[in-house]
Amino acid sequence: MFLTDDEKRMRDGAEGDAVAAAMDLLLRYGAALDADRLCAIRNVAGTMTQPSPVKARLVAEGGWDRAFAVINLDSDRDLTIPPMRVPTCQLQHGFGPDSVDIVPYPRANVDLQSDAEAFYGAHGVQILATCTPYQVGNLPLRGEHCAWMESSAVIYANSVLGARTNCEGVASIGAASLTGRIPCWGNHLDENRFGTHLIAVDGVSVQSFQDWGMLGYFAGTVSGEDRPVVTGSVSRPDLAELKHFGAAAATSGGVELYHIPGITPEAASVAAAFESAVPEPVRYGPAERTAVYETLNEIGTSADVDFVLLGCPHASLDQVRQAAALLDGKRLAAGTELWIMTPRALKVMADRSGYTAVIERAGGRVLADSCPAMSRAAPAGTRVFATDSAKQAHYLPAILGIEAWFGTLEECVAAAVTGRWNGGLR
Amino acid sequence: MTIVLHGRMVVPGSVAGEALVSHEPISGWGGIDPARGVIIEPRHELYGVCFAGKILVFPSAKGSSGWSGFFQTTRLSGTAPSGLVIGRLSAKSALGAVVTRVPAITDLDADPCAVIATGDWVVLANSTVEVTKQ
Repeated sequence: MFLTDDEKRMRDGAEGDAVAAAMDLLLRYGAALDADRLCAIRNVAGTMTQPSPVKARLVAEGGWDRAFAVINLDSDRDLTIPPMRVPTCQLQHGFGPDSVDIVPYPRANVDLQSDAEAFYGAHGVQILATCTPYQVGNLPLRGEHCAWMESSAVIYANSVLGARTNCEGVASIGAASLTGRIPCWGNHLDENRFGTHLIAVDGVSVQSFQDWGMLGYFAGTVSGEDRPVVTGSVSRPDLAELKHFGAAAATSGGVELYHIPGITPEAASVAAAFESAVPEPVRYGPAERTAVYETLNEIGTSADVDFVLLGCPHASLDQVRQAAALLDGKRLAAGTELWIMTPRALKVMADRSGYTAVIERAGGRVLADSCPAMSRAAPAGTRVFATDSAKQAHYLPAILGIEAWFGTLEECVAAAVTGRWNGGLR
Repeated sequence: MTIVLHGRMVVPGSVAGEALVSHEPISGWGGIDPARGVIIEPRHELYGVCFAGKILVFPSAKGSSGWSGFFQTTRLSGTAPSGLVIGRLSAKSALGAVVTRVPAITDLDADPCAVIATGDWVVLANSTVEVTKQ
């Protein structure tokens, strides 16, 4: 792999052992990818503070320097971690101190994470604590090279913002944060940003939050790790709908980049979305829509819902407002809980706008920092949950061993109020 | 019967062992339990199957960016596969192989998930996969 003089200096230890270890990881990773070179970046989004049993053990052995070395640099050496070289933010992680007594989440994890925030904050990490950094001010520009984790954020950055990032992991973002470098491979290169599959929406109209999520789940199933291009009868989506679409496509497949000609920035037309010939379209019609709906609901058997989860990926301020409007004057069923997850910065605005008070009067909760899947935490005794998120409906049954219902926001709120699932595809 | 596939080493090294073949992509976060080295995705063909010590043959990595971190945790927990044969490499699986620190290979001249069956004896070395059918 070609290295610049600066990169050779970092590799050889001129900037210290930790930076040299970071370069060593990038060289191993670059070789694994067969990358030609590294690219310079100054926007890293990853995870360092998320509690885990392995992390707790490493911190007990050698403090956060040790945990960062092993987990974020894949190094066995004793290192002293310097300040981040480029702007770096912490994505979603565990639950924080204000969740204690609400979320059954180990107090030891809360304390470990608070300790981590102090360490990483002092090293320059911005504690955004959300899976949607693009909702709280981290908006890379079109063409900007980044090193991001979180599949739903990666697909949003690539597709909606036109930024360039692969789906990085905890070791590569750690190495990137100390070097400002990442292998120049995959989505960083022009030739890998054209569409591979054409999906034609035909016979159904995709214009709701739920429908955008189901179409995303279908796109991921069809495209796997490739790049779908979506045309046909779709409405002009908003941020929340593309957030849902992308999260679903990255869940059912491994999609990191898609185009919707006329809507997303890198494809003005269907022809422009493909490098050469436009492929035969794969149809998304009534039968395909029904099949996706049934897949997302196949883990549900009992209609007695004891938990409703909204805000995956983290809710926009307007999604919190919509939930509040539906819950205004209502009361949750006894034995049923409702949580809506949102970035902490937006929770402050939800508090100030009065939405949190409305949701709490109904018995629901507005929570930040995490989600049930990340933290493996749901209300005690949950057996059946309902959600408006295709991603959470996919993952949570595996993670918590519970049943799932997937539906609209209105159906989820109705389930929270009645304690019964009464959803259906309309 | 022995078959030899040629490819490109992702992580250098050599290893021999029993193959565990997945025909479906594998999720890391939400797809495996790294403490036990077991596939936990309910819809997956290998649901409940343990991959610790096996040479894991799979078409691709899917899902969360936690993929590499979860496979790194299998190494730290002693539940890692002993080698990886990856149909189509991505950033997730490349980094995952690096931090799992086991020999890994990709870009093979035939589809490894079609040629290799679970239980076959596999030797991974020098950019080749030698498969002895069982």
